[in-house]
Amino acid sequence: MVWYIVRRILQVIPVFFGATLLIYFMVFALPGDPIIALGGDRGLNPAVAAALRAEYNLDKPFIVQYLIFVGGLFVGDFGTSFSGQPVSDILAQTFPVTLRLALLAVTMEAVLGILIGLFSGLRKGKLFDSSALVVSLIFISVPIFVTAFVAQYIFGVKLGIARTTVGAGAPWEDLILPAVVLASVSFAYIVRLTRTSVIENLNEDFVRTATAKGLSRPRVIRVHILRNSMIPVVTYIGTDFGLLMVGATVTEGIFNVPGVGRTLYQAIIRSEGPTVVSFVTVMVIIYLVANLLVDVLYGFLDPRIRYAK
Amino acid sequence: MPSNAPLSPTHFVAPLDETPLVAVDKVQVAAKPSNLYLDAWRDMRRRPLFYVSGVIVLLVIVVALFPTLFTQLDPRACALSFSNQGPSAGHPLGYTKQGCDVYARIIFGTRTSLSVGIIVTLLVTVIGIIIGALSGYYGRWIDAVLSRIGDIFFAIPYILAAIVIMSVVAREARSILVLSLAIGIFAWPSTARVLRGQILSVKNSDFVMSAAALGVSHFRILLRHVLPNSIAPVIVITTIGLAGAIVAEATLSFLGIGLPPDVMSWGKDISQAQGDLRNNPMTLIYPSIALSVAVLSFILMGEVLRDALDPKARARR
Repeated sequence: MVWYIVRRILQVIPVFFGATLLIYFMVFALPGDPIIALGGDRGLNPAVAAALRAEYNLDKPFIVQYLIFVGGLFVGDFGTSFSGQPVSDILAQTFPVTLRLALLAVTMEAVLGILIGLFSGLRKGKLFDSSALVVSLIFISVPIFVTAFVAQYIFGVKLGIARTTVGAGAPWEDLILPAVVLASVSFAYIVRLTRTSVIENLNEDFVRTATAKGLSRPRVIRVHILRNSMIPVVTYIGTDFGLLMVGATVTEGIFNVPGVGRTLYQAIIRSEGPTVVSFVTVMVIIYLVANLLVDVLYGFLDPRIRYAK
Repeated sequence: MPSNAPLSPTHFVAPLDETPLVAVDKVQVAAKPSNLYLDAWRDMRRRPLFYVSGVIVLLVIVVALFPTLFTQLDPRACALSFSNQGPSAGHPLGYTKQGCDVYARIIFGTRTSLSVGIIVTLLVTVIGIIIGALSGYYGRWIDAVLSRIGDIFFAIPYILAAIVIMSVVAREARSILVLSLAIGIFAWPSTARVLRGQILSVKNSDFVMSAAALGVSHFRILLRHVLPNSIAPVIVITTIGLAGAIVAEATLSFLGIGLPPDVMSWGKDISQAQGDLRNNPMTLIYPSIALSVAVLSFILMGEVLRDALDPKARARR
C-alpha cells in the first residue's frame, strides 16, 4: 500500500510541473497581454503598463517568471491578486467555503446517483429505469449556468424557499441550492455509470455463485453487485473534479458564494488577466491533489489496483 | 480412453437429429455481406431516438446555414423603446432588455454554436487520432512520451485552459476561430486515450499479423487495417464531444470572454438576460432552451451511435 501511494505521488510530480509550466508558457507565448487587457478598450498609459508588468514579473523571460512562481509555491506564496492582496490570503478565506460546497455536492451526487443507478439497473427496461435515463440525459444536456438560473428562479424567486444569493459566512443551509446545481451534471453521469455496471455485474458468475449458495437477494445486491459496481464510479468521481472546478466557478459566481470559484469568476468578468492565471493554476493544483486522494482511496477499496503493475 | 470405446449404457445418447449435418453446415450464399458499420446502420434505423435526434441535428444545421429562411428580422436592429416587451405579432418570443428580437437572435446564434462545435471537433479528432494512433500502434518510447504529454494536457480541464487563453489573448484577436482553438487545444487527450486503448486490443489480431507477413509496411497496416477497426469508439466520443464544445462556447460567452461583440451567441444572450431574471425570465429561458435542445440532440445521437457500434451496449438496452 505504501508503495502504491509513493508510486502515485511520483507520477503526479512531473504532471504537476508540466501542467503549470504549460500554463505559464501559454501566457507568455500568446499574442496579447494580460496587462493591456486590463485597460479595456481605452488602453493603458504606457508608464502604468510598464510598472504593472514589473510588479507581476511580466517583463522577465518566461522561465524566470515560472521559477519565481514555483519557488513561491514552496513557501506558500501563490502570487498577488490584482487588488494587491496575496493570493494565499484570499485562498485562506475562500477555500474552506469551496471545500464545504464541493463536499456537499459530491456527497449528494454520489449517494443519490449510486442509489438511483442501482435501482435503475435492477429494474432495467421498467418505467423507473426509463424515467431515470431520460431525466439524466436532460441534466447532462443543460449547461450548468442554465440549471443555476432555473433553480434560482424557481426556488428563489417563485417559491421563495431558498435565498438566491448566499449570505455572509456561507451557512450550510444557503449552500444547499448551489450544491444541488453543482451536483446535477455529475449526478446524471453517476446514475448512468452505476446502471451500466449493475447490469453488467448482474450477469457475472460471482453473482450467480452467490445466489446459488443461498444468499438472500438483498445481501447479493449489497455485497456482490453494489460493491463491484462502485469501482468505475469511484474512478469517475476522481476525474470529475475537473468538471467540478469549472462548475464551481460558474455556480459560485451566480449564487455569490464567497469561494475560490467566485474569485476566479469575478477576475474573469473584470478581465484581470494575472489574477485569472494564478487562480486557474490554483484550481489545477486542487484538481491534481483531489485526483491523487481519490486514487489512494481507490487503492484502499480495490486491492487489485494496489498490486497492479 | 480411446474415442471409439463404447459409452457406458447408463448414459443417454441422443439419436442423430433429423436435420442432416450437411444442412447445418451449409453456408448461406445468398446472405448479404455485413460488417460493423452495416450492422450499426441497420440497428440505428430501428430506433426512434435516432430519428428524433437526427431531425433536431438536421434542423440545427439548416438553421445555421440559412438563418434567413426562418426569420426576416435583423437581429442587430434593436430599439430601446421595445425593451423587455412581451411577445407580439411577428415577434413570437418578445424582446430583450436592449429591445432586440429574442427569436431572431436565437436563429442567428445557431451558426456560432455549430461553427465552434465543428471546428473544435475537427481539431480534437485530428490531434486525438494522430497521437492516439501513434502511441497505441508504435508503443515503446513513442507511447511513453505521447502519453505523458497527454497526461499534462489532461491535468488542465479544457474549459479552465480556454479561460486562461481567452483572458490573455488581445481583445481584437477574439473570434470564433480563436475561441475554437482555445477549447480544442486542451480537449484532445480523451480521444487519444480512447483510440490508444482500442488500438492496443486490435493490433495483435490475426489480420494484422497476416498483413505484416505479406510484407505490408507498418504505416500502411496502421492506416488500412488497424485504424478502421478501432475507430468506432472515436466516432461516439466525437459526437458527444461536439455537444461538449457547444457547452464550452456558451460557458465562455456567458463569462464574457468568448467572442467579439458583433457575433451573436446563445451564451451571451443568456448572460445579458441574467439581470432581468426576476421581471423577464423568458428572455433567459428561450436561448437556454435552444442551447439545451441542440446539446441534447448531439448527446442523443452519440448514445444511439454507441448502442449501435458497441455490441455490449446493445445488450444493456
